[in-house]
Amino acid sequence: MAGPDSKPVITAPAYRDYPTIPALQPGATENVKSYVANEKIQEALGFPGKLADNWQETHDKAISHFGTLLSKYRSLKVYMDSCVHCGACTDKCHYFLGSGDPKNMPVARQDLMRSVYRRYFTPAGKLFPSLVGARDLTQEVLDEWYTYYYQCSECRRCSVFCPYGIDTAEITMAGREILDHVGYGQKYTNEIIGKVHRVGNNLGLPGPALIDTLSGLEEDVKEETGCDVRYPVDEQGAEVLLVTPSADFFAEPHIESTIGYGKVFHAAGISWTFSSKASEAGNFGMFIGNYDQLRKIALRVREAALELGVKRIVVGECGHAWRVAYAFWNTLTGIGAGGKDPFAIELQKQLDPRYKQPTHICELTWDLIQQGRLKFDKSANDHRIITFHDSCNVARASRMGDYPGGQFDIPRHIIRAVANNFVDMAPETIHERTFCCGGGGGILSDDLMDIRVKGALPRMEALQRVVDDHGVNFMALICAICKAQFTKVVPYYGFKSSMIGGVHQLVSTAIQLGNEQ
Amino acid sequence: MSLFFAILFYVATTVFVVGLAAKIAIFARTPAPLSIPTTPAPTTTGGVVLRMFREVAFFESLFKGNLWIWMFAAAFHFGLALVLVRHLRYFTEPVWSWVEFAQPFGIYAGFAMAAGLGGLWARRFLVERIRYISTPSDHLMLALLLLIAATGLGMKFVVHTDIVAVKTFSLGLMRFDIQPLPEHPGLYIHLACVALLMIIFPFSKLLHAPGVFFSPSRNQTDNPREARHLSSWAAKLEGKN
Repeated sequence: MAGPDSKPVITAPAYRDYPTIPALQPGATENVKSYVANEKIQEALGFPGKLADNWQETHDKAISHFGTLLSKYRSLKVYMDSCVHCGACTDKCHYFLGSGDPKNMPVARQDLMRSVYRRYFTPAGKLFPSLVGARDLTQEVLDEWYTYYYQCSECRRCSVFCPYGIDTAEITMAGREILDHVGYGQKYTNEIIGKVHRVGNNLGLPGPALIDTLSGLEEDVKEETGCDVRYPVDEQGAEVLLVTPSADFFAEPHIESTIGYGKVFHAAGISWTFSSKASEAGNFGMFIGNYDQLRKIALRVREAALELGVKRIVVGECGHAWRVAYAFWNTLTGIGAGGKDPFAIELQKQLDPRYKQPTHICELTWDLIQQGRLKFDKSANDHRIITFHDSCNVARASRMGDYPGGQFDIPRHIIRAVANNFVDMAPETIHERTFCCGGGGGILSDDLMDIRVKGALPRMEALQRVVDDHGVNFMALICAICKAQFTKVVPYYGFKSSMIGGVHQLVSTAIQLGNEQ
Repeated sequence: MSLFFAILFYVATTVFVVGLAAKIAIFARTPAPLSIPTTPAPTTTGGVVLRMFREVAFFESLFKGNLWIWMFAAAFHFGLALVLVRHLRYFTEPVWSWVEFAQPFGIYAGFAMAAGLGGLWARRFLVERIRYISTPSDHLMLALLLLIAATGLGMKFVVHTDIVAVKTFSLGLMRFDIQPLPEHPGLYIHLACVALLMIIFPFSKLLHAPGVFFSPSRNQTDNPREARHLSSWAAKLEGKN
């Protein structure tokens, strides 16, 4: 394994002239392995600190937990049984396209687990293991799980093309959950989850620092615009609670979108607040497939909403956070509508039923634009030729607006409303077929830079084409992880990091705050 | 031999029905705790039924994914469906009129089925990625299906068997009254393979047939903000707040 001392030089793979499928390169990324969580990190989340000294114990624990998951998740059970090895998914994963490693083909990634499923849970695998590709769970198999389940960004692109809708993300999540359960967790994700519980957000920004940062932001915006745009924290009785990924508080270019959120609320005259308790929209509990963590992290938002007495809950630009908010919050926390049990009703009677709960910031902004409550000087964005990258969790795991596919249209409507120059990338690389940025799902860690650069290849090829053909110089996004990944990775492909930014960064540039001459 | 095949079919039918029912019961009973449809997804139940229909009748996702596989898979599955319809004449007396109508199409369908299987099998050898993911059982499954198709077509076009006697045998099976089966090696192979297929169905990847209906990414309604989706085990956690 390449340790920190023998780090290979990471270079971007060459563009493919046509979207050809790479020849298989077995083992191409078998050494790209993220750091394993130490005991302290593991135990803080209630997982065993490390693997048991005795393999049999680890083996038994893993198989028994696998069995538990099979009985708790229909997705896992049905997906383990249903694959026919048709191969439709084999050329759909960005990590495979960028690396050529056959174990990054979705079906092969699934089979790392399916082979074990067959051996322990099916008569055919118990009786004729080699016939049906079944194998014992060994230390090597477990290592392989760790390597390749942390080379999956849970982007769901494969599930779009599978005739049975098999979603590798569900299998990756189960794999990580089993690994955590035997004391074999990933440092990056589990350390961050620990920070959420300890400090309140993924980046470990404590409440006072948050308040300080945001008051600094108010001064900057005042200086720039002459307006008293506010960025309040823990304001009791505000109408809107805005929950956003913590990178939005200070990372570049994320902060530019945060400035935009504040300007939208200011221009529309909506009172709003951040919460120091729920100062993080991200929920890495989803990445590791752990329902308890997923729920615990989400419950902070419920508590904050109840304490602050807000009427609406709005979520900032973040892909997986929007998936968790849109698809899971109602289940986990009762943030939503239609609840019939006391737990859900307690919160739902407080929330304003005229609005979708939760609301995506893009839904809110687009509503205001349609009502004519926001004014823009579109020419302020004329120096930009803009394209839009659909983030995977928004595209394939959630929705915006009232109809299926609204998640594709609303951000584009906003961009067209605030800027004059917009062009889409190739149709096979956007909407539900969008390619992951290469850094989602718990992969956004420096020790995985090699696979992150490789995984960005299909998106970079599509971007290069609109750069060449249309002079695109800005790729707008609505995901904190995409923003962080791209600013780090596009230089490997010869682009400038400054071409990456948020949709609300564009809104921020063009919005009229009412004091213009 | 008649007795052997009679017993074989009783066993095969029992394994097929009981095994499949048990598997379906497991799929149905296993909770789906979170809302995970692959979006864009229908927002109404009617929409979900339509999505599932497109998936099952036209292989919509596969069509998006890979045209070659779609073509071969469609030829095989639709061919098989028509062939099965054609075979209903062995189990109905008098033969239903629509089954009678379908007879000539069923013959062409037999060729489509075999061609589709041939294409799917060729991919397992010719396409590097699919060669990599293929297990021995994937090959054997195709061999079995192809053998069924080939012996069936052989009896139609090469060496006929006494189909009136075959029908007497199958109608007899349904009444638990065992009639003589014509002595015909092609028929023996054909029937033995069909019985084997029925027996392995509930234990193999053929479970994709019931599986697709239970796939949460395809059968869930996209309405998580409007309706609270709560599984039994997840609901229990709420008591512990």
